[in-house]
Amino acid sequence: MDIEKSRKLKKETPGLLFWRRFKKNILGISGGIIVLLLFFVAISAPYTSPYDPNEIDIKSSLQAPSKDHLLGTDQLGRDVLSRMIWGSRISLLVGFVAVGIATVIGIFFGALAGFYGKWIDSLIMRFVDVMLCFPTFFLILAVIAILEPNIWNIMAVIGVTSWMGVTRLIRAEILSLKERDFVKAARAMGARDIRLIFLHILPNALSPIWVSVTLGVAAAILTESALSFLGIGVQPPTPSWGNILTAGKDNIEIAWWLSLYPGLAILITVLGYNLLGEGLRDAIDPRLKT
Amino acid sequence: MFYYLLKRLISMIPLFFGITIISFLVIHLAPGKPTGLQTDLNPKITAEARARLETIYGLDRALHIQYLLWLKRLIILDLGNSFSTDGRPVIDKISERIPITVFINVLSMLLIISIAIPIGVISASYQNSFFDKFTTVFVFIGFAVPTFWLALLLMILFGVNLGWLPISGLKSLNYDYLSAFGMIMDRVKHLILPIFISAFGGLAGLSRYTRANMLEVIRQDYIITARSKGLNERVVIFKHALRNALLPVITILGLSVPGLIGGSVIFETIFAIPGMGQLFYMSVMARDYPVVMGILVIGAVLTLLGNLIADLSYALVDPRIKVAK
Repeated sequence: MDIEKSRKLKKETPGLLFWRRFKKNILGISGGIIVLLLFFVAISAPYTSPYDPNEIDIKSSLQAPSKDHLLGTDQLGRDVLSRMIWGSRISLLVGFVAVGIATVIGIFFGALAGFYGKWIDSLIMRFVDVMLCFPTFFLILAVIAILEPNIWNIMAVIGVTSWMGVTRLIRAEILSLKERDFVKAARAMGARDIRLIFLHILPNALSPIWVSVTLGVAAAILTESALSFLGIGVQPPTPSWGNILTAGKDNIEIAWWLSLYPGLAILITVLGYNLLGEGLRDAIDPRLKT
Repeated sequence: MFYYLLKRLISMIPLFFGITIISFLVIHLAPGKPTGLQTDLNPKITAEARARLETIYGLDRALHIQYLLWLKRLIILDLGNSFSTDGRPVIDKISERIPITVFINVLSMLLIISIAIPIGVISASYQNSFFDKFTTVFVFIGFAVPTFWLALLLMILFGVNLGWLPISGLKSLNYDYLSAFGMIMDRVKHLILPIFISAFGGLAGLSRYTRANMLEVIRQDYIITARSKGLNERVVIFKHALRNALLPVITILGLSVPGLIGGSVIFETIFAIPGMGQLFYMSVMARDYPVVMGILVIGAVLTLLGNLIADLSYALVDPRIKVAK
C-alpha cells in the first residue's frame, strides 16, 4: 500500500469530517459569524460603546436617532446604542450560564436514567413528564415571585426549568451506547460504574448536546428578554435588551427607536444561534437533515 | 376506544400527583405563612392565638400531612383567599378570567392550524421551490422574533401610525352605545392583534414540523404505489400522504398547549386583556402567592387536559390505536 495514501487516510478524524461538512453549510457558517461578532461586541463593550451606558442627561431625553446618538436616547437621555452594546453582555451571560446549569442537570439525570434503567429510569422520566406539564413561563414567573428578580436568580431559574430536553437526549444516547462492545469490554476489565459513565459512555454521547446547547442559548436569551421586558428580569439601571424595550412600550407613541432596535438585536442574536445550531446538527448527523 | 380512554386517564394520575407535589414545594419556598396576613400586622395577637390559628390551618403538622390536606382542599377547588385587599377566594378570581384566555388561545390555535399546515404541505410537495425556500427563511426568522417585540411594532404601526386598531383592552370606552354590529366589530378589532401575536410563536414551528413529516411520508412505498397506479398528484398528496403526515402533528399541537398558555402572560400584559395571564402577572408583581400558586396548578392541569384531548383525537383519526386498545 502506498505510504503517502495511508498517511492521508489517517487524517480523517471525526472532527475533520465534521468541519468538512459544516463549512459547506452557508447558513450555519453565517450563524457562526453572527455569534462570533456578538462575542466581540460583548467583550469590547468598554471600547466600542460611544457613551457611558448609565450617563443620565435629562436635557437630551427621548431624542430621535441622529449623528450624536446613532440609535437615539431613552427617557433619561441615556444613549441607546451604548446601552445595547452593554446589554449584549447580559444576554450572553444569561444565555450561557442558564444553559450551562440546564445541561449539567440534564446530563446528570439522563446518565442516571439511561445507565441504571429500571425504577430509577421510570422515576426520572416521570419527573421529566411532570416538569413538561408546567407552562415553563408560569413556573419561572412563580419562582421569581418568591425570589428576588435579579440576574443571578433569572439564570438559575431558567436553567432549572429547561433541562428536560437534554435528559431525554442523553438517556436515549446512553441506552444505545451501553450495549456496545467497547463498554462491555471495559466492564469486563473491571471498570466501575462511575468510570464507565464518565470515561467511556458520556464522551461518545455528547455530540448531540452541542446542538441543544446552541439552540438552548437562543431560547434562554429570548426568555430573559421577555422577563426583563415584563420588569421581572434584569433590573434597571443594568442595561438589558429586554428592559430597554420596556421603556419603548412606555413611550410607544413618541419614541419608536426605543422599541425597534433592541428587538432587532434580540432577533439577530437568536437567529444567529439557531442557524449555528441547525448547521451543527446537519454536520454532526447528516441523516437528520430535513 | 373506551379502554384507550381509560388507560390514558389512569396514566394521567401520577402526572397529576407530580404536578401537585412540585407546586406544593414551590409554595413552601414562599416566605411567610398563610396565617401571616392575620397575625403579623396585629399587635394584640398572643402566642397562643397564633398557635391556635396555625393548628386550624394545619401548619403544625408534618410536611406530608400538610400536603395531603392541601390536596384535599385543591380537589374541592379551595385554593385559599387572595392576599390583595379584596381578599376574594382565589378560585373565583381565576375562573372569571379563564374564559377569555381559553377563547383567545383556541382561536389562535385554529389560526395556527389553518395557516401552518397548508404552508408545510405545499413546501414539502414542492421541495426546494421558491415557495419552499421563502417559507424556510420565514420560519427561521419566525423562530427568532421575540413576540412581545413584534407586538410593540404592530401596535406602533396599526395603533399609533395608521390608527386602524386599538392597542389595549377588550372593548372601546363607547362600547355600550354601539349598535349590535358595531359591538361585534369593536370586539373583533380588539382581538385581531392579540390573536395574531399569540399565534405567531406557533406558526413557524408547526409549519416546519408539518413539512418534515410530509417529506418523510412522501418517500414511503405506498405513495410510490399510489403514483404508479396513475392517481393524480392532488389525490396522492391530500388523500394518501396528508392523513398520515398529520398524525404526529396532532401530538405536537397537544404539546404546544403549555407554550400557548405561558405566552398568554405576555400578550395579555401588553394588550391589557383581563385574562388569566394578566392576573398571573399582576399577582407576581404584588407577590399575591395564593393566586400565583393557584394559576400555576391550573395552568399545569390545563396542559394535562390539552395533552389528553390531543391523544384522544389521535385515536379518533388513527384506526390502528382503536384496534390495539
